[in-house]
Amino acid sequence: MTDQVNLDRRQFLGKASVAIAGIVIAPGMMLYDFAHARPEGEAASAAIRWGMLIDTTQCESGCEECVTACNKENGLPAAKSPTDVQWIRKVDLKQISTGRQISLPMMCQHCAEPPCVDVCPTKASFKRADGIVLVDKHRCIGCRYCMMACPYKARSFVHEPVLDHDTDMPRGKGTVESCNLCVHRVDKGEQPACVEACAKSGHRAILFGDLNNPNSEISLRLRNVASTQLRADLGLNPGISFVGL
Amino acid sequence: MNLLRAIILLSILSMFYGTVSAVSMPKLDIGLGGQCVDDPKYMRQNHMHMLKHQRDETVRQGIRGGKFSLSECVNCHASKKDSNVLGTSEHFCQGCHEYAAVKIDCFECHSSKRKILAGVVK
Repeated sequence: MTDQVNLDRRQFLGKASVAIAGIVIAPGMMLYDFAHARPEGEAASAAIRWGMLIDTTQCESGCEECVTACNKENGLPAAKSPTDVQWIRKVDLKQISTGRQISLPMMCQHCAEPPCVDVCPTKASFKRADGIVLVDKHRCIGCRYCMMACPYKARSFVHEPVLDHDTDMPRGKGTVESCNLCVHRVDKGEQPACVEACAKSGHRAILFGDLNNPNSEISLRLRNVASTQLRADLGLNPGISFVGL
Repeated sequence: MNLLRAIILLSILSMFYGTVSAVSMPKLDIGLGGQCVDDPKYMRQNHMHMLKHQRDETVRQGIRGGKFSLSECVNCHASKKDSNVLGTSEHFCQGCHEYAAVKIDCFECHSSKRKILAGVVK
């Protein structure tokens, strides 16, 4: 009974703060920022779908700020060999006929219909209610079916023992892992590490937000700018879209 | 004769029992110690169920801020000497698990060090 009372009080406070934000601050980015901090003890909601919009025209070739920030945040060693773990990587593309070059960050595309989840024999690979696709390492047996199923080659296998564990991001040998949109930060109401680092470097190529909220900054951009999902022909409906591909 | 046999058997058994318990009861460095979640006897028997239940809710449903956090166990019970729950048979987790002959899987992935010393302050 007391739990119920507390929950009601929390929900009331949450709604009240959003309402106040709506009154005090002009509609737009700040309102959306207030709306996505979730109270403790509350499960991720299907009313939200997290996604990103990557503007390749703002992304600079040779800049690795997002990769460095991801490695630091999640305790990943810098990738040296092709079998090392990579949650995000920079890709440079060149159209041979015209010579046009672009650079973009590649990571898990957080599909609405993720093939990695379909093939996982232990249900370790799963999609959270708010659209984040991640691996429950408690269940992962390291079979790597998901790595084969992913058309974006977004997942990595941990081949080597992890010696220096990070308290906030547990990792271990024999499991598959990939970008989880910095789920621990998102749950606190923060932005993923790569988004923050990209903004800090002045490029502002990555926009993160709720695709289900028609008033979020990302939804407004998606409505007004031409964007592309990678391999949209596969019908996986990725949560990551690109501008200027 | 039967009575004599019984007495000898009992005395041998009690001697044996006495030595075993004296040798193998773990002497643990409980770090900061104290009771935070539940009675120590209850914790000894049920901590694994609490951790398992909460980890599934946190990882799969995203429910944060639960009471049974592994990193909080470590924060309180890591040794005051090296801020670790593993290392020797005196360390909190390792000592008791050696006594009970149960393998710990947690620290294959999770940090066994107190958070501040693990360099996680960002």
